Amino acid sequence: MMKRLRTLPPRYWLVLVVVLFFIGLPTVIDSFLSGEWAQALVLAIAIMGLNILVGYSGQLSLGHGAFMALGAYTSAILAHRYKMDYLLTIPIAGLVTGMIGFLFGVPALRLSALYLALATFALAVVTPSLIKRPAELTGGVQGIVLLPPEPPQFAKDAFAALTGAPMTSDQWTYYVTLAWTLALFWLAWNLVRHRAGRAMRALRDGEVAASASGINIAGYKTLAFGISALYAGVAGSLFGLGTGFVSPDSFPVGLSIQLLVGTVVGGLASIPGPLLGGIFAYFLPIESNQWVPTQTWIPGQIVSTIEKAGPAVTYGAVLILVMIFAPNGVVGLVTTAYTRMRQRLRGVPDRETGQMPSDHQTV
Amino acid sequence: MARTGSRIAAVAALLVTAAACGGSASPTVQTDVGITSNSILLGNTIAQSGPAAAYGTIANGELAYFTYLNNTQGGINGRKITFKILDDAYNPAQTVPLTKQLVEQDKVFAMFSGLGTQAQTSVRDYLNAQKVPQLFVATGATTFMADFSQHPYTIGWQPPYQAESRIYAKDVLAKHPSAKIGVLYQNDDYGLDYLKGLTDGLGSNASMIVDKESFDVTAASTASQLATLKAKGADTLFIFATPALAIKSLVIVTALHWEPAIYLNSVSNVQVYMGVAAKAGAALKNVTSVGYIKDPTDPQWASDAGMKLYKTVIANCSTCNVNDGFNIYGAAVAYTMADVLNKAGSNLTRANVMSIAASNLNETNNPFLLPGVVVKTTSSDHFPIAQDQVITWNGTGWTLQGSLIDERGTIK
Repeated sequence: MMKRLRTLPPRYWLVLVVVLFFIGLPTVIDSFLSGEWAQALVLAIAIMGLNILVGYSGQLSLGHGAFMALGAYTSAILAHRYKMDYLLTIPIAGLVTGMIGFLFGVPALRLSALYLALATFALAVVTPSLIKRPAELTGGVQGIVLLPPEPPQFAKDAFAALTGAPMTSDQWTYYVTLAWTLALFWLAWNLVRHRAGRAMRALRDGEVAASASGINIAGYKTLAFGISALYAGVAGSLFGLGTGFVSPDSFPVGLSIQLLVGTVVGGLASIPGPLLGGIFAYFLPIESNQWVPTQTWIPGQIVSTIEKAGPAVTYGAVLILVMIFAPNGVVGLVTTAYTRMRQRLRGVPDRETGQMPSDHQTV
Repeated sequence: MARTGSRIAAVAALLVTAAACGGSASPTVQTDVGITSNSILLGNTIAQSGPAAAYGTIANGELAYFTYLNNTQGGINGRKITFKILDDAYNPAQTVPLTKQLVEQDKVFAMFSGLGTQAQTSVRDYLNAQKVPQLFVATGATTFMADFSQHPYTIGWQPPYQAESRIYAKDVLAKHPSAKIGVLYQNDDYGLDYLKGLTDGLGSNASMIVDKESFDVTAASTASQLATLKAKGADTLFIFATPALAIKSLVIVTALHWEPAIYLNSVSNVQVYMGVAAKAGAALKNVTSVGYIKDPTDPQWASDAGMKLYKTVIANCSTCNVNDGFNIYGAAVAYTMADVLNKAGSNLTRANVMSIAASNLNETNNPFLLPGVVVKTTSSDHFPIAQDQVITWNGTGWTLQGSLIDERGTIK
């Protein structure tokens, strides 16, 4: 056992450090910031789902905001109208959205790259309007107001013992979201390293070759869509838990784009990438809008442009920079730097190792 | 002698103690979160980007008025007003965290003039649970005034949309009794509120409405809806839309070679945007709307004291267009806010400020509103403004028609 621990590759220790960091975070930051971080984790889950679709199976979706909306509404309706415990509605929302995603995947198979992107984009555009129609069910344009979740007594006590203050609903939301994040990231990690993940990567890198090797192209493509939608559904449900309000305009087209940008910036086809992507996608617009106007060195013209156009400008600028300097995202940048550093330290040129090059992180 | 000395000392000590006790007890300054001895912190979320970015300047107008107060009068009772504005891009999903940030991190005393019906609905329960005043929301959705009993920490300001469309109904019945009405409305609370007011106002004549067509706020164009309304034979068109789509609709009406009598909702009737519509090719014949604020472009106010004050105030905002009616809206609602804080005096608690704003307001001298418009609330009436005056477009600006129409008490 000890020997096994000692021979663990360093990344396992890194995972442990990251997990401990996220578990301890709410004890050092205030309740409000815990709520913010919970929302960043929500985006990380949705981006993980999108990453399975885009990064691992090579299909493009511009409509994951719509799947989030489906998940959020499934939970909100169950909790609000049928008085179900919100925590129970989260897996249901995931499964319902996953099923719908799977069904959407069936016709999506017939569409290639650009057409699929357009079809999913249409989904993102149409969903907010569709939600408004059955007003008795969805609350129409007014949306559904949800009660803030009450932390259970054991969590309150445990938290009070640690920090001296009882747990707030934002902090409880954070821990619920974190638990789901860990579970879903672990699942994704297992998925991509096993049969299904290898099949998806094979069909991403060459559809003809994959089908010649006996991989069921149609099956795996729809499966990827379904799993990806399931992640988005859970994320949407947790989003509703965190904000306490779901309405059609909470899921604009921009959200889908935000998710895709987060996927690319974090790093396609990587497991830690979506986590970084989620943090980036959540905090960048908020911080850029509040930080830019306080900077006196930025010319007034630029400041007012950014203020008018909102976060889109900063998103665009960061995306262009990432594409130029780190085409494989932040994770790609870090792993490349790490590999180079190791090579330099050991003095072994890449060619002489005789190892296969690592997985291409391309769409 | 030494004894007497010590006795005097003892008495003196007693007196000093008594004075000190009295001293700390006598000025009964009651305050709350967000108030210090020299500052008052107010928060705001508004759309400064996104589909409704045109409204963003309202907050700049409000900030300009507070800056003016701080510079000329040292704020209110010696406390300067700090006003923190955050952009929610008209997206309720952003309004929630931004409002939480203002309440929990910046620790604002109250939220003031937050904009957007959905956006403000999304934080109404939260703010009421936290007992943070949600003052003078920048929406005329009737629920913000009518549902005061369920949400005692929320109050609106501008005339409710239903009251406005009741006035249109009266105007139609008087001027075009045989009109065939077509309604174009935004499919949300705001649009449905207008539609309800119109239907209620027409009463037994509601059959005059030959067709109504809805669109979503995120829609790119209203062309197909307008074409349908024209095809249904409507000769009187109601446009219940926010500025960007209202301008587009006015242009499309002309492009369709259609010349109906047009009723345009007040949220989009700012003179500057009418100018934009005219430039883009809208004929703007026979357009009616309502107003309750002085129009900065109307020459009749050129020498008016209130308008002069507005021009002084708005000079504090370098990016504001002085002719933009949204800026004077901002100054007017900020004036009411300052009025409430003044009245609260040294009892600056959230509960007291809320009670003044929602139940004890009687402002007859707001210099930016049309003469005669009263901002008033009582313990049974939580609709601050309920008066409007019909205005018609004269090619370059709005002309006031008739006199103020009071709809107080008609909306419950």
